[in-house]
Amino acid sequence: MKYAGLILANLLRRRTRLLLTLGSFAVALFLFGVLMVIRASFNQGLEVAGADRLIVINRVAIIQPLPLSYYQQIARIPGVTVVAFANWFGGVYQDERNFFPQMAIDVAHQRQTYPEFIIDNAEWQDFLKDREGAFAGAALAKRFGWKIGDRIPLRSSIYPGKWEFNLRGIYHGSRPQDDETQFWFQWDRLDEQLPPGRKGYVGWYVLRIADPADAVRIAKTIDDTFANSPWETTTETESAFAAGWIRQMGNIQFLILTIGSVVFFTLLLVTGNTMAIAVRERTAEWALLKAIGYPDAFVLALVLAESLSIAVVGGSLGLLMAKIFTLSGDPTRGLLPSFYLSPNSILIGMGLAFAVGFASGILPAAGAMRLRVVDALRRI
Amino acid sequence: MVRVDGEPSASSLVQVRGLDKRYRRGGEEIHVLQGLNLEVDQGDFVAFMGPSGSGKTTLLNLLGGLDLPSAGSITVAGDEITHMSRKKLTRWRARHVGFVFQAYNLIPVLTAYQNVELPLLLTHLSGSERRAHIETALQLVGLADRMHHYPRQLSGGQEQRVAIARAIVSDPTFLLCDEPTGDLDRRSADGIMNLIGQLVSEFHKTVLMVTHDPVVAQRADVLLHLDKGVLVESGPHMPLGAVS
Repeated sequence: MKYAGLILANLLRRRTRLLLTLGSFAVALFLFGVLMVIRASFNQGLEVAGADRLIVINRVAIIQPLPLSYYQQIARIPGVTVVAFANWFGGVYQDERNFFPQMAIDVAHQRQTYPEFIIDNAEWQDFLKDREGAFAGAALAKRFGWKIGDRIPLRSSIYPGKWEFNLRGIYHGSRPQDDETQFWFQWDRLDEQLPPGRKGYVGWYVLRIADPADAVRIAKTIDDTFANSPWETTTETESAFAAGWIRQMGNIQFLILTIGSVVFFTLLLVTGNTMAIAVRERTAEWALLKAIGYPDAFVLALVLAESLSIAVVGGSLGLLMAKIFTLSGDPTRGLLPSFYLSPNSILIGMGLAFAVGFASGILPAAGAMRLRVVDALRRI
Repeated sequence: MVRVDGEPSASSLVQVRGLDKRYRRGGEEIHVLQGLNLEVDQGDFVAFMGPSGSGKTTLLNLLGGLDLPSAGSITVAGDEITHMSRKKLTRWRARHVGFVFQAYNLIPVLTAYQNVELPLLLTHLSGSERRAHIETALQLVGLADRMHHYPRQLSGGQEQRVAIARAIVSDPTFLLCDEPTGDLDRRSADGIMNLIGQLVSEFHKTVLMVTHDPVVAQRADVLLHLDKGVLVESGPHMPLGAVS
């Protein structure tokens, strides 16, 4: 620690340059943090996917229904512990822009299928008792300022008619990445209101299995069972299903990676240039330190320490800003299923900042290390 | 006693034997020092004079272990430095050499105190021990009341005093001064030379100094002239051996 004063004094010698370099790191890491939040949001389905959950959809497309009569056949397959089903409602609340997922759910098995959602028992009982009852995620309720007892009207192009619901409960995710933007109501309510020809169909089945290692066998059994029927099925793990959704949205991962790479490469150039200038203008000082007995390795370490200090302080500042930004609420007003900067992303960000700090400092540091005292003194 | 005749003396602090230094610049070989011999005892104050390019600074760099000779040897206090590794030479410099440069070479973002502390950070001295050494050194150069000033807040003469304090704070075997008064006015230069003289007379320090200034050179006990890499004559007031 006896050299801390020397490092600090050197860092503070050009305060404007220090602030600008710290600012570069802070802005880059802030952007990185936000990109990671968006990436995590798009991958949210993958992250929350239960290893023991399978999704059964119509083989033609997810918008094609499956008969409710499949329920018992699926439930009888060895290894299946719970079966639930749901329909996509596709309603609009007040305005087309107020998108959020609405689902008619199998209330008898919902909680067993999705144990990660924290649900108040009393609220759930109220929900079950009210045919027009609805449950909303905490983020969704916050987005629209809903409270229990509110009357919520929806318009649906898939299911015509008048749809109004009483908010009976609000669920929470047990993990930060859990989706709190869903809107649930009873599947029976949906089915009752449909014309006779459309009754008795579900959008998809979700089942839990006893052993995740058995997923392939069970999926094959289900698909074989309904092969050559009017409603053939495709069964896959929840994570594979989520990955399919992500693919449909385009290569978000690639886009984010490209933006992130450009930002960090630019940061590397800016910081590398700054460090090169800082080292060059102190040639006499390196010569002096070496002349009075400081080893070459010390000079290398001193330059790297300065570079890494800027990276760590600037990076921490940027990630802190990103964290505060995410904690202040989702600016998309709930369009993203989660808006959360995970500790893992923060660690990756710090690692990247450290790497850029090291990469930008190592060449100037090596130059200072190799500098011969007599050559440097001659240049002064 | 300073000798340049190549006769070995067991008591010499610095022994230089057949010192040769050649540079290659643009395909041309420059013979900077040619078979130079020198013996310097503890407590000697030697000044080197000579025209530009005569090899004064090169000799000082070689004596200080900043550069390696093409041939010959340098022994200081029993250590032959010409065959030391770069790493060992660095450690040796920290222990044995105090440098004073023309341009002072103070670190502008450090106070006088912190600049003087630099050589001591390489030692195992505790913070309080370092403080005692620094205060003594700064007191000796007459800057005890300026220890928390930055170089920009000091005059040229004061900056050089801080540089001298930095050079002596670790009590090195000898001081190497390269044009210590080159950037100073006459009055400040006198002050610096008084200080260096005091280090020699009172503290028995060995000083080897390069200068262009004959007035400054006269303050040394021994004056040696270098011309084209050879010690060609001695000062009139010095008892010297034969010129090598």
